[in-house]
Amino acid sequence: MITLSLMKNPINRTGWIFLSVLAAVAVLVPLLNLTLPESHAFHVPDFTVSLLGKYLCFALLALSLDLVWGYCGILSLGHGAFFALGGYGMGMYLMRQIGERGVYGNPVLPDFMVFLNWQELPWFWWGFDQFWFAALMVVLVPGVLAFAFGFFAFRSRVAGVYLSIMTQALTYALMLAFFRNNMGFGGNNGLTDFKDILGFSLQADATRAVLFSLSALALALGYILCRLIVTSKLGKVLIALRDGESRTRFLGYRAENYQLFVFTLSAALAGIAGALYVPQVGIINPSEFTPANSIEAVIWVAIGGRGTLVGAALGAVLVNFGKSYFTGALPELWLFALGGLFIISTLFLPKGILGLFKRQNAKRRNQTDAAPPGNRAGQTSADPKLKPAE
Amino acid sequence: MEHLATNSILYLSGVSVSFDGFKALNNLSFHVAPGEMRAIIGPNGAGKTTMMDVVTGKTRPDVGHVIFDQDIDLTKHDEAQIANMGIGRKFQKPSVFESQSVTDNLELALQGDRRVLPTLFWRSGADSAQAIDAILETTRLDHLRNELAANLSHGQKQWLEIGMLLAQDPKLLLVDEPVAGMTDAETAETAALLRRIAKTHSVVVVEHDMDFVRDLDVRVTVLHEGSVLSDGSLDHVSKDERVIEVYLGR
Repeated sequence: MITLSLMKNPINRTGWIFLSVLAAVAVLVPLLNLTLPESHAFHVPDFTVSLLGKYLCFALLALSLDLVWGYCGILSLGHGAFFALGGYGMGMYLMRQIGERGVYGNPVLPDFMVFLNWQELPWFWWGFDQFWFAALMVVLVPGVLAFAFGFFAFRSRVAGVYLSIMTQALTYALMLAFFRNNMGFGGNNGLTDFKDILGFSLQADATRAVLFSLSALALALGYILCRLIVTSKLGKVLIALRDGESRTRFLGYRAENYQLFVFTLSAALAGIAGALYVPQVGIINPSEFTPANSIEAVIWVAIGGRGTLVGAALGAVLVNFGKSYFTGALPELWLFALGGLFIISTLFLPKGILGLFKRQNAKRRNQTDAAPPGNRAGQTSADPKLKPAE
Repeated sequence: MEHLATNSILYLSGVSVSFDGFKALNNLSFHVAPGEMRAIIGPNGAGKTTMMDVVTGKTRPDVGHVIFDQDIDLTKHDEAQIANMGIGRKFQKPSVFESQSVTDNLELALQGDRRVLPTLFWRSGADSAQAIDAILETTRLDHLRNELAANLSHGQKQWLEIGMLLAQDPKLLLVDEPVAGMTDAETAETAALLRRIAKTHSVVVVEHDMDFVRDLDVRVTVLHEGSVLSDGSLDHVSKDERVIEVYLGR
């Protein structure tokens, strides 16, 4: 009965630990940054706040990717596109907030449009002076794109490596498009020089602290949403589709509808991550669409633990921490280190870092329980039959 | 012709399927009456699995009629639709969802709304728990209900898959080699289970194992090179010269 009630609960033990750590980080980091003097040993520098904020946004991106890849077997190599689109949505709002403070002092047109001699705001920039509209677009644009893409791809039963290549092409095409000046998104330079958000200066420490906490909150809510989904019956259908798509069809489930649902939702989550990322780093440009970015996100998930959600977030933070360190200390070695990590996790850690923890835990528990050797349940927890990544 | 379709749960007429020139089914015709259990036997490559693929919507026939439940043209529907109309299929190789528990496997198969949102908000209730309990008992997997399907023995997986068919509660069950790899005792138990299921469902069983078919004690259709070679009781078909030649000759 106890196990049954535990299974019904969408947040497991790992989940509670994850949420507690997030809550602590969301409160402590801004607090230590704002209240302690810079000379104090526990003072968190501004630089670290925005760096950690960036990691939290990446963690949300990883979470959204894990939902489609880890649970539904859709390996998207283009999730960076949804992240970047969300980022552009927020960037457009921030551009409109600059107003007369731009170099050219045009109250309506962003600087790059004045520079290109544009006379009026293109229609797709309308409404972005309103925060609510931008916030809606941040979710809607990636969601609608994912829906349109997925509608055709999943209905035609494009799967596996072919789907991955198509998602990769999608982000590459968007990158080329956004690089063009006459697309109206600032071309090569993208959108930058932001001043304020909802009237609060983006340079102010307090604004950055709030953005940081909001990123942690978004990650926590995103995690809870994903857990609610994967522990529902729909989550079981997703896993069934991952492990045997045609078998699931023979049970009467329309695979394409489920894939479309989860792919669209995941893209919207990635869009939110991008929208929180942009005000913290202060720029969005087409390089966010580079295929390498999307592939890196896949590596975070693989290293952290595919199909675990918490692992995906953990992987994003750890790999990016490594990246920050390496690119500072040994820049030429970073890509080798990343590739090496990916190979190690693929060969030895099919469930990533989190899987390693779980295995250790189960081993320890089994030793203390001294489970009889014939106990099947004991064997299960000690040696979970792990499905290798497809 | 017409009256056969109206009196059948499954009616195939002149069905041909070819893959790259190879005729997997060649003008195949047979029908199964409502409530009937039928055994289909035949050597390798006789077209047994292709026949199941055609009925369940995986493969489209080049020509021919495939009618289910008197008036549903199965060639116009896909796998999910056909499954929801009431045709369940058990595969030759046990295909249960290995990374999910026995109960979850049954829950997935349990009859219900298959649309996305109702599935998202689905909650297990007394009805579904009762149905699952009953199936666990029938398939003797009660003590393994929380076990991952991957940890079941081969025979237990076969039974779980039959249990999933029961959970779907289809009008017609297509069962592909249910006793492959089973011990004699398991085979006998499976025959008993299928006979019990056949009391309330129409069943088509494809099997190689002659002892098992004898245990089932039902009408037998022999397939060979994509069409019906012989048809009748097991004793009748096993005396048929052409059947003996196909199985023993060459």
